[in-house]
Amino acid sequence: MSTDAPDATAPEGAADAGTTAAPDGGATETAAADAGTTPISPERHLAVQASDEFAGLRKALRGFVFPMTVAFFLWYALYVILSAYARGFMSVKLVGNINVALVFGLLQFVSTFLIAWLYSRYAERKLDPVADRIRAELESEGAAR
Amino acid sequence: MKILLAAEATNGTARTLTITLFLLFVAVTLGITLWASRQTKSAADFYAGGRSFSGFQNGMAIGGDYMSAASFLGIAGIIALYGYDGFLYSIGFLVAWLVALLLVAELLRNSGKYTMADVLAFRMRQRPVRTAAAVSTITVSIFYLLAQMVGAGALVALLLGIRPGTTFLGMDADAAKIATIILVGALMIIYVTVGGMKGTTYVQIVKAFLLMSGALIMTLLVLAHYKFNLSALLGDAAAASGKGNAFLEPGLRYGVESGDALKTFYSKVDLLSLGIALVLGTAGLPHILIRFYTVPTAKAARKSVLWAIGIIGVFYLFTLALGFGAAALVGKDAITAQDKAGNTAAPQLAQALGVDFLGGDIGGATLLAIIAAVAFATILAVVAGLTLASSSSLAHDFYANVVKRGQASERQEVSVARISAFVIGAISIVLSIFAQNLNVAFLVALAFAVAASGNLPAILYSLFWKRFNTSGAVWAIYGGLLSAVLLVFFSPVVSGAPTAMFPNSDWQWFPLSNPGIISIPFGFLCGWIGTVISKESDDEKYAELEVRALTGAGAH
Repeated sequence: MSTDAPDATAPEGAADAGTTAAPDGGATETAAADAGTTPISPERHLAVQASDEFAGLRKALRGFVFPMTVAFFLWYALYVILSAYARGFMSVKLVGNINVALVFGLLQFVSTFLIAWLYSRYAERKLDPVADRIRAELESEGAAR
Repeated sequence: MKILLAAEATNGTARTLTITLFLLFVAVTLGITLWASRQTKSAADFYAGGRSFSGFQNGMAIGGDYMSAASFLGIAGIIALYGYDGFLYSIGFLVAWLVALLLVAELLRNSGKYTMADVLAFRMRQRPVRTAAAVSTITVSIFYLLAQMVGAGALVALLLGIRPGTTFLGMDADAAKIATIILVGALMIIYVTVGGMKGTTYVQIVKAFLLMSGALIMTLLVLAHYKFNLSALLGDAAAASGKGNAFLEPGLRYGVESGDALKTFYSKVDLLSLGIALVLGTAGLPHILIRFYTVPTAKAARKSVLWAIGIIGVFYLFTLALGFGAAALVGKDAITAQDKAGNTAAPQLAQALGVDFLGGDIGGATLLAIIAAVAFATILAVVAGLTLASSSSLAHDFYANVVKRGQASERQEVSVARISAFVIGAISIVLSIFAQNLNVAFLVALAFAVAASGNLPAILYSLFWKRFNTSGAVWAIYGGLLSAVLLVFFSPVVSGAPTAMFPNSDWQWFPLSNPGIISIPFGFLCGWIGTVISKESDDEKYAELEVRALTGAGAH
């Protein structure tokens, strides 16, 4: 675990920190008051961020939401593109007056509901337990101090 | 064909009932607002409803905020007049929630406090970023607010059956429009200044319940009319439209194929552009984003989006039945005789269904009155949410953090927020009175385009890109905002077309009505350029943001 001070940011970063010290300080204090703990130190944030457990949480989150976002966006884009350029295909009637366009549109509803359900299940199983553990650890440290 | 809205005999009954029901809604919501005002003490109460709402309550409130009159009356109207193409809107508006669910809601809830800018400015220099965020929040909210209020004014004459030449309480149609805009504006100011987020949230919940119930009843009646045979409903709608099968296919309104190859090309690109803006705009709308702060945890924020997706999805399925139902049972001629844009299709359908199922003209008048009152409630709830979003940003971002540099007390901040709500409300009333001839759909589309081009890139970069910095945030917001607004200004929506805002002038050179396909990538590009040209970066603050966003440690 590395808690090295970020030296790359030196000149400009330092100047910025100077100008924003007041509001930031205020915000952090209120945060601590809300949570009922002392503030978590910058070193702890960097240490937690660099920890394997946190890296795993970040990977688990991004590993799900990024591919899923790409997937639903492409699936939606396909629908819009077909609506614009494949009208012959979209107008094919399947049952009675129900055509491909309507079914494709309704499938967008189904996929949206499905992805929402999949994500909530995934988050409950893979994300929440890790996030809760890290949070409890950080906040108990603050209370113990 | 069958029924012209508010035939003279039923006119009086429907009008009295509409007004009675609307006043009942106003009385109930004002009661709730007064009750909420006594629970509103701290800034967290005023801005975030004390973060005490459950996932389900907030999901309903999100639905209430999102299902505007433009959705209810507008989409049903587009489907009734143009068939399938109205459905494209519903789908874009729904799929958009996945962006909010997967990428934004929980991380924003954990890392922010009251406004969108809390997240954007988290690890940046406060003043430039908060100024930019306040400008963009207020721009998006005012466009959206104008759309709703202008819509309210246009609807009242129709819903109360005030025709040219007749009067109501001594007012002709124009006076009634202005009176409605002032009434709606005054009520929204009261909801927000008195009830804060708590009062506003309950107003949204009540409205969502009424809207869903009204839409459900009408949908069931439409389907019952066709013995629950969807194919028969569609067939009837297609036949009544005079367009035949084309009515059930994409292409009557968006991506229209004409003889001119270039026109057809632009028209289709415009359809793609609209689709992108619809999907990416939602997660950048400030009045939607601040709803995530009303729940205690990120998990509750997730639950509220899940509920919202369910409620909004089902609602858009209802609008499909309402739109095609209106096309089949009311008919294009009767709808356009009332309103050329089709905004009265849903209330007209209510009347037709009432006559059918509830027994004659009285039944028709009753159902019409109920749906008209629901439409007013819808408008009222949405404008309250928008006023709250913009006044929060003005007070918390601009006043407290830019003007007072973070030194304002909670008390001062909340007083300023109340004053801001009053001022923004008053400005909106005046602007709406002058903007009565603006196209409502244009204002909503512009709000979505600005939200998707300016706010969304800044939010996503903030949450996921370590290197992102002050310069990047400022570039993304102003770049996206300006490109969207300028492209619209030079588009056929504003000039150079018979349907334009200024039909007699022509400074148009941008061929698309929806700027999204250019302005959204441009916003992302600006954010990237702004970031790489600045050396600023703050690893400690990013660590704090990332740890807080993902775990909730230290969250408000």
